Amino acid sequence: MYNFDFVKPLNVADALVALASEEAQALGGGQTLIPTMKQRLASPEKLVSLSGISEMQGVDISGNIVTIGGATTHANVALAGAFEGLTGLAGGIGDPAVRNRGTIGGSLANNDPAACYPAAALATGATIVTNDREIDADDYFQGMFTTALEDVEIITAVRMPIPQVSNYQKFEQPASRFALVGVFVAKYADGVRVAVTGASENGVFRWSEAEGVLSTNFSADAILGMSVDSSEMISDLHGTKEYRANLVRVLTGRAVSSAS
Amino acid sequence: MQNISMTINGKPVSGDVEGRTLLVEFLRNDLHLTGTHVGCDTSQCGACAIHVNGIIVKSCTMFAADADGALVDTIEGQANADGSLNKIQQAFQDHHGLQCGFCTPGMVMAAADLLKNNPTPTEAEVRHHLDGNICRCTGYHNIIKAIMAASGQDVSAIAAE
Repeated sequence: MYNFDFVKPLNVADALVALASEEAQALGGGQTLIPTMKQRLASPEKLVSLSGISEMQGVDISGNIVTIGGATTHANVALAGAFEGLTGLAGGIGDPAVRNRGTIGGSLANNDPAACYPAAALATGATIVTNDREIDADDYFQGMFTTALEDVEIITAVRMPIPQVSNYQKFEQPASRFALVGVFVAKYADGVRVAVTGASENGVFRWSEAEGVLSTNFSADAILGMSVDSSEMISDLHGTKEYRANLVRVLTGRAVSSAS
Repeated sequence: MQNISMTINGKPVSGDVEGRTLLVEFLRNDLHLTGTHVGCDTSQCGACAIHVNGIIVKSCTMFAADADGALVDTIEGQANADGSLNKIQQAFQDHHGLQCGFCTPGMVMAAADLLKNNPTPTEAEVRHHLDGNICRCTGYHNIIKAIMAASGQDVSAIAAE
């Protein structure tokens, strides 16, 4: 990999100053960025590690809201046990060593189309909190590897309303263990939200037809006969568009069964 | 270059590293602690697994500078004070938990990480915890058996392979 300057600020303000220079890049846990840099697909001149910023660490549960610091690792989110779907999702990312480094902010900022966290954020209607604004999950995800984040903007926290019941189901791509398709179902007093990762060429999305049906009848049988439009699904050697579309339906059913 | 310092296996060390120097490169190339291996270099195989501040990480996917000030434990620090194999290492030997040995440092560090938090894991929990450690020789059965034995559990019912 090409060389760069490494800096590790202790607070958000210093991190923003460091990121303001040309070709600077924020570093979360590095579990995606470091392999990317090894392949020379990214070559920042300066890396700004966010792992030393204590104000971005930790999980706080108060009332019906869980607030997760942007630099909190997957392992610590799983350990906090805020609600079933989130705990299961965080504890199922990668492997134990990866979960000890990778962070929720890093995952959401990267918005890999096969990452798990975007499904949790979208299904819970999370608020993405940055250094200068709050972004609704529905506005945040803008397609594969694309988000509403500006160049010099850091995810400092993520706020999620805690669902009545929730579950995340992931069909793992057997080599990478990323989600071939992953579905997060979250049931709230005012309705059900279903978010799908891994399947679409446009990144994470809500399966709104299923949300409507499940909001009146929260059972796996209710969506058994539904079909998912496969036209914009990812197609590769691991699965065709149609295969992924079917997985969306099957995994949604499993998530509903497991959540109820 | 920047100067970093950390505590490795209880001993303070320091050195000058580039931004891009990986933690495993600092261990192996600068400190000659070559017990930590580089297998895949893509954070999949776990041969480079070590403990940083008490938790397992893949040292091929962490920058040395990010470990400045950290407490690091590697396979070189696992033996007992008198140089004899520790409980986990001895169990790997007793139960033939290795063949070529390339993955073994990472396996031992993963096992130590598991048993610290879960002293008597089930076989399923052991297998789940080794998700990020790949072995091409053993077929895993004897590794699982060794870790179960190291936890003090009866392994007579676990089939040898």
